[in-house]
Amino acid sequence: MPGTPAPRAPRAPRRPRAGIGAAALLLAVLVPLTALTAACGGGALGRTGDGGARATVTVLAASSLTDVLAEAGAAYEEEHPGVRLRLSFAGSQELAAQIRQGAPADLVVTADTATMEALRDFTGPSTVIARNRLVIATAPGDPLGVGSLRDLARDDVKVVLAAPEVPAGRYGQRLLERHGVTVRPVSREPSVRAVLSKVELGEADAGLVYASDAAASEGRVEAVPVPGGGAGVRYPAAPLEDAAHPGRAADFIAWLGSEPARRLLREAGFLLP
Amino acid sequence: MNHRTAPRTRPRARTPAARSRTPAALGGPAALAAAFLAVPLAGVVAHTPWRGLAGQLSSPDVVRALGLSLLVSGLALLLSLVLGVPLAWLLARTDFPGKALVRSLVLLPMVLPPTVAGVALLRGFGRGGLLGGPLEAVGVTLPFSTAGAVVAAAFVAMPFLVIGLEGALAGIDPRYEEAAATMGATLPQTLRYVTLPMVAPSLAAGAALCWARALGEFGATITFAGNLPGVTQTLPLQVYLLLQQDPAAATSVSLLLLAVAAAVLIALRGRWLGHSR
Repeated sequence: MPGTPAPRAPRAPRRPRAGIGAAALLLAVLVPLTALTAACGGGALGRTGDGGARATVTVLAASSLTDVLAEAGAAYEEEHPGVRLRLSFAGSQELAAQIRQGAPADLVVTADTATMEALRDFTGPSTVIARNRLVIATAPGDPLGVGSLRDLARDDVKVVLAAPEVPAGRYGQRLLERHGVTVRPVSREPSVRAVLSKVELGEADAGLVYASDAAASEGRVEAVPVPGGGAGVRYPAAPLEDAAHPGRAADFIAWLGSEPARRLLREAGFLLP
Repeated sequence: MNHRTAPRTRPRARTPAARSRTPAALGGPAALAAAFLAVPLAGVVAHTPWRGLAGQLSSPDVVRALGLSLLVSGLALLLSLVLGVPLAWLLARTDFPGKALVRSLVLLPMVLPPTVAGVALLRGFGRGGLLGGPLEAVGVTLPFSTAGAVVAAAFVAMPFLVIGLEGALAGIDPRYEEAAATMGATLPQTLRYVTLPMVAPSLAAGAALCWARALGEFGATITFAGNLPGVTQTLPLQVYLLLQQDPAAATSVSLLLLAVAAAVLIALRGRWLGHSR
């Protein structure tokens, strides 16, 4: 600005120049914005350093898959140099809401079949890629002696559960009902990972989490197995109708059933379909 | 820059023609900014299911969350007044070592992401936190309790009261209080009849902002106090969970909070919308 030619005739040229300035400012704001939107727009082709074009496949996945899909995704990218996976994790209900709002993505993996069925209009056929089971997470060594679901009803045990809005909360509720146990939780957390962290931090004494979550915490919680904890806990995966790369989405889902992927899932504490 | 501003400082700069020139340059971006702020709020109003509104807002869940929100934000304001007013007074009127540090501490929650505030509260006042042991020894457990929700709300909202009041106290000419003292007024009398009336508008404004911030608190609450209907599930937490199940109801509750926020602004109109200055 200080370097621009000074207005010798101060009055006349002002207005047009001001207009140009405003236009330039607008452009300066809008161009990066548009570029950003394009880059985030699901099917964007990312260019790699070696000059080859890579397809970016966007995966929406349930938060309980956070660690294992990050690992599996890295393995898949290594096998398929032309594909870059972009992973986005949230509670299954939140994923469903995102898809209904038109989130640009290629495939979705939820933590229950009910959420997937409710998305029928937006997805192709689904395949179950893994199963899981609920366990009781307690502090290492289980100092309060929480050995069964019945102990969760004790007054001296602070229990956190997942909110009934997320699959882990619904599974947990059903499990407790089947065992005829009435639990008065101190909190209903918005995701199963939040339940795990409350137990890890020692703020709660026990919580119902997936076996895979307990495995992911690497010793910071102890997993107490629960009879019937595995009933119905399934992870269906399906390509989205609006996928930018439907073929690659289907290929990744098929790959999740391959031996390398199954090994990763098993190691992470999941059960195989 | 200098070239440009120079002619405007001349007397004719006050004529309507000269004034209208500035908006030509800034009008576009300014209108964009206003629209940017207005569109989301208009979206809430446009998508509010007016027919079902009364039913949704009077559902037992919403009423319970509203009652809890009012209780939590009211207690957070009370806590902020009890602790924040003396702090503001000390910051404005006295010098003590580490004053700059204390002022930074007061400002920090205003710029901290609320979820970080929640993690910090857990690490400080949680069962496993710094003060967790001593608190438990006297029978106080904050996480997952209404008291914890109050603490979370006060942590993020108190700065609004302290900063506003400190500015007002520092702005009072000390000669008023000195004059009162020379006429034989005791310190409490001076506070009651001189200082307080002079800062009352700022105190009210700070309290209103503090209360509104406490009412809207989300991140620190869900992280530190958890989410249990009737105990720690305030309206913002309910909006968040409702959005996943019943977006229409979430929009209705959002409108309720929007209306409350607007009411606070209208109440503060004289101070914040430029009338009194």
